[in-house]
Amino acid sequence: MSGPGAGRSTVPSQPAEPVAPSVAAVRRRSWAPYALLLPSLVFLALFFATPMGQAFALGLQDGNGNWSLASIEVMIRDPHFQDAIWTTLALVVFVLPVQFILAMSMALVINARLKGQGLWLYVFALPLGISELAAGIVWVSIFTQSGYLNTILQGLGLVDTRIIWQSAETPWLILATIVIAEAWRATSIIMIILVAGLQSIPPEYLEAADVYGATTWQKLRRVILPMLRPSLQVALILRAILAFQVFATVVALGGTGVTVLSKEAVRWANAIDNDNVAAAYAGLILIMSVSATILFLRLLPSREEQYA
Amino acid sequence: MTGVAAIPLRRRQRGREYYLVRALTYLAAALLALYILAPIYLIFVAATTPRADAFAYPRSLLPANISTDTIAFFLNASGVIPSFWRSVQVAFITLAMALLIGAPAGYAIARYAFRGRNAYRLMVLSTRAFPIVILAIPLAVTYLRIGLDDTVLGVALMHTALALPFTVLITSSIFVSVPRELEEAAQTLGCNPLQAFLRVSLPLALPGLAAAAIFTWVLSWNDVFAASILTLRNPTLPAKILTALTQSPLYYQFAAGFVMLVPSIIVIFFIRRYLLGLWGRVVK
Repeated sequence: MSGPGAGRSTVPSQPAEPVAPSVAAVRRRSWAPYALLLPSLVFLALFFATPMGQAFALGLQDGNGNWSLASIEVMIRDPHFQDAIWTTLALVVFVLPVQFILAMSMALVINARLKGQGLWLYVFALPLGISELAAGIVWVSIFTQSGYLNTILQGLGLVDTRIIWQSAETPWLILATIVIAEAWRATSIIMIILVAGLQSIPPEYLEAADVYGATTWQKLRRVILPMLRPSLQVALILRAILAFQVFATVVALGGTGVTVLSKEAVRWANAIDNDNVAAAYAGLILIMSVSATILFLRLLPSREEQYA
Repeated sequence: MTGVAAIPLRRRQRGREYYLVRALTYLAAALLALYILAPIYLIFVAATTPRADAFAYPRSLLPANISTDTIAFFLNASGVIPSFWRSVQVAFITLAMALLIGAPAGYAIARYAFRGRNAYRLMVLSTRAFPIVILAIPLAVTYLRIGLDDTVLGVALMHTALALPFTVLITSSIFVSVPRELEEAAQTLGCNPLQAFLRVSLPLALPGLAAAAIFTWVLSWNDVFAASILTLRNPTLPAKILTALTQSPLYYQFAAGFVMLVPSIIVIFFIRRYLLGLWGRVVK
């Protein structure tokens, strides 16, 4: 019985923020923390910073290693380029709101302390460990023409003939299936962040709202959501960055009908064997997700900034 | 409308509203759980349907005829078992490297105040802001030059870079939750700092560290993007399945999806008590 949250409620609370240790502990072995950090710094320099720089270099070079914008030009002229960019953006725009509504509902359900609270949390968190590819295949079994959705719809007499969900002629329908699959797979992480945020709201605030006769809706709108702003911001940024990289779900559900930026990056790296154009695509994903992060930081100022 | 008169009235109203909200919450919980669980159940049914019935329509919604035929077919398909073992190896090497490199850093952040501590934390946090997609392509080029292309170690190194920021932040929050006073007490009783760590802090932190390790494992097990770029002839399981996807029958896909899914679900079961601690912390 040890570790964070052990032995308390079914749902462990978040661990405490690290506090600065006493000065005495520091003076004794001032070299020690640096020695402990060193391996991770070296590793991140070699396998994070270096490839990051190389990716930009690759994207700004042609096949012979000369500096030029040729690879970027090839990328923009790629017949799949427009499709990839619009589909990626559309997925980000449609998936995020769906995920936030679902995650907020799940978090409020967890916070309502129903019977079997731990079990609900486990069920909602299940997709946390499920890979993109597995999730894509799971939903293929549902959306394929002779799949479970058509079986259920026809069984209930809602449709006469089987609906083709994954036809290249109706890419928006494929997009809808990807949104449903992505919302299923990647909502848990937002839910977990929001549950932790909800638990950090002092109960006195809600009690005060009760005393003044606030309705459930008013409590949600006037107390919970404003207090949850930092958690929402972190979750939004984290999810947006991941949403721009959406890959295997699209390959599994979209087939040849739909493409996204990361799928094009893999195609150029593997099938076409042109790492420069692949790096250009990867760089574009980076630029788009960093822009989105900056946008969200601007649009959702944190509490302190709000009143400053 | 004095406050005194209003309070009992409001209490009665809140009583009714309370039960209504409660009932709706249970309904919402059930619907959300159905959304999460139904697809998992259906892929189980699909993967345990024998190949002979694979194209039957309407599909049976009940596992009437559970058989290992489809899963056995998938596992016996060429290249699946070797790529399965490759994935397991990559995941364990990733776990070991991420913990060996990340846990000391996490310990340092949790236990010491030193110049650069906040800068380091901020740097580790900001690595999360970069899409991992961008690392794989240049690494593939470098690996080709130094002979790490298409190797288990190469993929594991990439996965370690992916998992390391996570490991550092998680282990630091785990060590913070182990009281430093215990370690100091051990030192007063004659332990040197290393002994105090090994005999006091480490055993107390072990369950949390295990949860972090298990999650690192599944992070690596699940990766398909980096593995697809870094391996071609010796793919990991997800990379193998991805390339086979377009030219394989549906029952192969269903079995593949199910085989990938099972470890993920088991893993979440084992770390369920740590979920909020692992991911929920809003670091500012």
